[in-house]
Amino acid sequence: MSERQIELEVLRYRPEMDDKPFFQTYSVPCQEEWVVLDALNYVKDEMDRTLSYRWSCHMFVCGSCGMAINGEPKLACKAFLRDYQTKIRIEPLSNFPIERDLVIVQDDFIEKLESVKPYIIPKQEKPIDQGEYLQTPAQLKAYKQYSMCINCLLCYSACPQYALEEKFIGPAALALAHRYNMDSRDVGRSAREHVVASHDGIWACSFVGACSQVCPKDVDPAGAIQQVKFTSAVDYLTSFLPGGKR
Amino acid sequence: MARSAKAVPWFLFAAGGTVIAFILPVMIFITGIAPAIGLFGDALSYETMHAFVGNWLIKLILLGIIVLAAWHAAHRLRVCAHDFGIRADGAVSIVVYGLAAIASAATVVALLMI
Ligand code: SF4
Repeated sequence: MSERQIELEVLRYRPEMDDKPFFQTYSVPCQEEWVVLDALNYVKDEMDRTLSYRWSCHMFVCGSCGMAINGEPKLACKAFLRDYQTKIRIEPLSNFPIERDLVIVQDDFIEKLESVKPYIIPKQEKPIDQGEYLQTPAQLKAYKQYSMCINCLLCYSACPQYALEEKFIGPAALALAHRYNMDSRDVGRSAREHVVASHDGIWACSFVGACSQVCPKDVDPAGAIQQVKFTSAVDYLTSFLPGGKR
Repeated sequence: MARSAKAVPWFLFAAGGTVIAFILPVMIFITGIAPAIGLFGDALSYETMHAFVGNWLIKLILLGIIVLAAWHAAHRLRVCAHDFGIRADGAVSIVVYGLAAIASAATVVALLMI
């Protein structure tokens, strides 16, 4: 195992003592196979206990360790040091307020996520003793990709529309709305429509596609939004026909 | 929140995008590049093309292609203006969709005159 000295330039901000964010450099002895998160953990354990950042699973499942690594939104557990030069700049995800150091305030996203009702709305609630809702493999495939989202917020950080328009519901929440709309057990599409197909919903997306490029779980939120645009546009136009849903 | 009427220009935009991606390059080749490099000989002469476009079905198809492409371009420009930080969506919409409407009307007139 070879060791490599890495210079981590980490953005620090502790609201109670720092007027504004600044960069602090740590020189970290790293193993070749480490990821950026390992290097941060080394700093925390061995060099500076005051550094704050979120992490939990270390295996791209929990979605906690999203940060900007050399300016690119990444999961720190998926960013291998071997892909970087000696100097690595680490900042909190952009487009969100900083809570502390690399920790961002997620409230805006949580509110938006709640607004699209991200849960199954069944036609009729059935008692547990009546068993499961059955689904065919094809019905599962219709939404599975969109259900892989781990709420890591890399897509919000990459999205130029969200940067310009903070009211934009945004990639992950819209992709999750689509996930439930596509679920055969769900009948909530019209209940979500008034948020999803509003001015600040899908129609604020200009299909730049940065969200899908940075998504660590290949959710393809941009693709999901395009599909929702099509169905919502059909809904909107047919709503003027006799018998159309308003 | 209310459902947005953006569905309407978006449909024209989506249809126009398909036209621009698949049909426009072929049209440019057939009407622009091919005659210029002398391909297909007389088949693309002014007279034959003129007679071809005189057909009503062809007129209708051309109208569809040009109008959809114009509305696509208009919507694209509206979104671009937004991306560039121009915060006047109402005014921008009037200008770009207005231009698309003028282009559409001009196409109708031009086709009727053939
Ligand atoms: S869609 Fe992808 S990038 Fe966005 S929050 Fe979900 S997993 Fe992360």
